[in-house]
Amino acid sequence: MASYIARRVAYLIPIWLGITVLAFLISTLAPGDPARIYFQRTHGRQPSQQELQIVRDRFNLDKPVVEQYVSWLSGAVRGDLGVSFTTGKPVLDELLLRFPATLTLAFWATVVTVVIAIPIGILAAIKRNSVLDQVTRAMSMLGASIPSFWLALLLIILFSVKLQWLPASGQQGWESLILPALALGLGDAAVVARLTRSSLLEILNEDYVKTARAKGLSEGRIMIRHILRNGMAAVVTQIGLAFGFLLAYSAIVEVIFVWPGIGRLAVDAIGQRDYTMIQGFVVFAGSIFVLINLAVDLFYMWLDPRVTLGGQGAVAG
Amino acid sequence: MADTAGTVSASELQAPALLPPRPRLRQLVGDRTALAGLVILVLMYTAALAAPLIAPQDPNEQDVVNRYAPVSFEHPLGTDNLGRDELSRLLYGARVSLFTALGVGVAILAIGIVVGSIAGFAGGFVDGLLMRIVDVLLAFPSLLLALAITGMLGPGLLHLMIGMVAVWWTDYARMMRGLVLSMRERPFVESARAVGLPGPLVAARHVLPNIVGPVIVLGTVQTGRLLLALSALSFLGLGVQPPTSEWGAMLSEGQQYLASAPQLMVYPGIAITIAALGFNLLGDGLRDVLDPTMEH
Repeated sequence: MASYIARRVAYLIPIWLGITVLAFLISTLAPGDPARIYFQRTHGRQPSQQELQIVRDRFNLDKPVVEQYVSWLSGAVRGDLGVSFTTGKPVLDELLLRFPATLTLAFWATVVTVVIAIPIGILAAIKRNSVLDQVTRAMSMLGASIPSFWLALLLIILFSVKLQWLPASGQQGWESLILPALALGLGDAAVVARLTRSSLLEILNEDYVKTARAKGLSEGRIMIRHILRNGMAAVVTQIGLAFGFLLAYSAIVEVIFVWPGIGRLAVDAIGQRDYTMIQGFVVFAGSIFVLINLAVDLFYMWLDPRVTLGGQGAVAG
Repeated sequence: MADTAGTVSASELQAPALLPPRPRLRQLVGDRTALAGLVILVLMYTAALAAPLIAPQDPNEQDVVNRYAPVSFEHPLGTDNLGRDELSRLLYGARVSLFTALGVGVAILAIGIVVGSIAGFAGGFVDGLLMRIVDVLLAFPSLLLALAITGMLGPGLLHLMIGMVAVWWTDYARMMRGLVLSMRERPFVESARAVGLPGPLVAARHVLPNIVGPVIVLGTVQTGRLLLALSALSFLGLGVQPPTSEWGAMLSEGQQYLASAPQLMVYPGIAITIAALGFNLLGDGLRDVLDPTMEH
């Protein structure tokens, strides 16, 4: 067990290095001379040759790419992701400042998912092939097909424009959270409800459930003691993974609801061609995502110690 | 096994009934889910192709007097904020949205098959290296990475397609590698190798035909996802530039008039949802028909 955890964590190191390489390569894709762009951005005029040279020296832009990467990486491991091309402030500070808002949104979106999906999934499994089951199936198909940003816009039209119940933007207390959390959570709810249903159905046919029934235990007791406990592992895993994706997919929803999270920060950075910020965002988001997957893996293993400790399978996802 | 394989006749090697039989059109049509998806997609792609023939107006022709016109015979879905015919823009937008998703889908399929096959057949260091690249790309939500790459290259449909292709080929590569590895162990493949057929021939004659099913299932669902991702990225302004119409871009324009003309937000969203639903229904049905062993 301990050796598995150690191996699993050690496996993260090459992946994380890969992420940093990727982030660095992405920033070299940009057309134009970054030194010139930086100078124009910060000074509002064309730089002279000498001024260009100063900027190049400062950001190591004259050095070979590999050397640039190494010096950037040595900063990154110490938590220094450079300064923003637009504001001049440290990239990591800006990301950390905005991260709690994204985290809050992702958390409440997950709450929406769980509260809606689990009861529906359980009911659909118990009353298999009933109308409810059919409706759940249809809804989950629809949920996988509706773009979440469009759902966000529809929610705004209905609840902000027509009914005027909830604000369409900003961060004015819990009312502001409802629509973005719904927009993000509903799509996943469809997927999780379906998964809950199928993993419960699998267990309903297991021998130990039949045994419990033969012993004369009440249906409610069987459900709680035997089925839910065993059926939730896959569901919890799915929710954990979905949480990682939420952090990322919230970008568009954050833009729509003018929510001050890291997703909107990234989209703004792209609009302003803020290379260092985009670079930092890719590393930051990638690190978070990798850590969430690690947590999900370990949690899954804790739930079900039989999980094989093979390299590929256990790490996949 | 290997020492007896030499006596296996060629005809026996030709008949490896190990995976589900090849799809039959009749079977596919018999599956209502798949049929519904197929009908939706055929109708939408046909409408997109026929846009110049069936669109009532020029999609870019502005008519400032008739802005936000209601539904009429002349404008079956009304007009937008610049007086352009909404239905015509939807039809022309379908060309960009649907065919971009399909184009990206085909491109990543090709890359994934090549990379996955190389990894699967070569093994060793090559396999390790390629799969670590896949792992790194999968360590990110694809949409985010595509967003960053396209954002760096600058907005535009071509850049958007490059960004999407660069990140989305990984699923196919991983799947392809897995299939190749599992195929290599199958008796009929071992036999074919044992009788001395060259590797690439074994691959082409015996391995590839057996993995068509799972690849088609993944491809269908994947193309639906690509359509959603494409519309999201172009909603953010990274795709086609005005005045070209595309569903995500139409939503982006419409968002500015959300309070006064919510109908402009509704039509493109419905179009995206129906198309994505078509892919999902077809994928779901195909899975039942082609690959009953696959997890549902």
